Amino acid sequence: MGNLRSVEKALAFVGATPRRVRSPDELAEVAGVVLPGVGAFGDCAVRLAQTGLWSPLRDWASSGKPFLGICLGYQLLFEESEESPGVPGFGLIPGKVIRFPERVGKVPQIGWNTIRIVRESEFTYDIRSGEFVYFVHSYFPLPRDPEWTALETDYGVPFASGVHRAALFAVQFHPEKSQRVGLRLMANFVEVTARREAALSSSS
Amino acid sequence: MLAKRIIPCLDVHAGRVTRGEQFGRAEEGGLRDVGDPVGLAARYNDEGADELVFYDITASVEGRKSLLDVLRAVSDRCFIPLTAGGGVRTIEDIREMLLAGADKVSVNTAALADPELIRAGAERFGSQCIVLSVDVRRTGPGSWRVFSHGGRRPTEWEALDWARRGVELGAGEIVCNSIDCDGMKSGYDWPLIHLLSGELSVPVVASGGAGKIEDFAEVFCLGQADAALAAGIFHSGEVSIPSVKAYLRSQAILVRC
Repeated sequence: MGNLRSVEKALAFVGATPRRVRSPDELAEVAGVVLPGVGAFGDCAVRLAQTGLWSPLRDWASSGKPFLGICLGYQLLFEESEESPGVPGFGLIPGKVIRFPERVGKVPQIGWNTIRIVRESEFTYDIRSGEFVYFVHSYFPLPRDPEWTALETDYGVPFASGVHRAALFAVQFHPEKSQRVGLRLMANFVEVTARREAALSSSS
Repeated sequence: MLAKRIIPCLDVHAGRVTRGEQFGRAEEGGLRDVGDPVGLAARYNDEGADELVFYDITASVEGRKSLLDVLRAVSDRCFIPLTAGGGVRTIEDIREMLLAGADKVSVNTAALADPELIRAGAERFGSQCIVLSVDVRRTGPGSWRVFSHGGRRPTEWEALDWARRGVELGAGEIVCNSIDCDGMKSGYDWPLIHLLSGELSVPVVASGGAGKIEDFAEVFCLGQADAALAAGIFHSGEVSIPSVKAYLRSQAILVRC
């Protein structure tokens, strides 16, 4: 919905040429994938399966090609979610998505919270620990292997607000709504994608 | 920890930002023109506003079209959350605003007439998209009555009861506007906000009455507001967003840098 438009606008703002991929064939024509994802875990999984994009997207994300997951597009990388029991996620990252416990206070978390950079990478270039980003969510992923965690945030409990491996980066917050920090992250993703594309074309 | 949010509010009438007092009306000459919404939004974005709220205060077909144009233009260059409202009657109205770039849509009078609008909106677009905006007047100690139709008509609802009902139906946030305090610059009705914030499981946004920077600290500390909305003092330049945030930081209130 509006989310998709915002992501496109932000990507364009940082110099990319975004296009919407509607079928598996169209995936072959892009250099990097951003999976925003809104709504409920189960609905999103079902809709992706209907478009035939489920397996191609999972293969893409596991292949080491540039992939940026946002919000539900981050949660879908895990095995399953308490939000939609019985619906499998991509299962690329061991662990599951759980709901904030009641004791943290108001759920969903809505607003600006800080990130702590646990692992620096080209994705976090020019972003510092303690900077604010915008969150809207009731569920968060719990990676079983802490090696995945790139960013941490506290909301009553500490949680992994971002993960990273190779050219995959995925975050719980909304970079497209996080002003400078979010735009920087998206610009970094676009840079990673462009560098990889340049390397591929020079080697072929 | 979550930062307290500072939210400028832009009342849009015939494509311009306007400002009145105690819900002043255009047809009575009770509004002043304060500028171009897209330019003003860009300024607030650059000054560190945490979110922007746009209300179509004409609530007509033309008014909504012009608000959609404003949302499209603003969302092309302001990458912060945007909330839109004013005259939202149907699911289709909500959808149009989200497609134009709003992240959240606020409902008010139409939800009082048909509370199912809240449920339908939350089911279709998610609770985080649906904001219940409540206009109230103080009717006695610890008592506030909900008004509809831009503050013109009293309803049977007590503020807390209606807000609670809204949350049950799926509203993800409550914006509470004090008609008594609107435009008076004498501070927020923080006891009202304290009542709602203590009882509700969703964020509560205080609206109406900001006159000086200390008012923000008051509504966050005493009122336990999650966010504070203001219009006139930001539009006029009497108070700037950076000065509010600097003051709040000096009072050990967490705000986004």
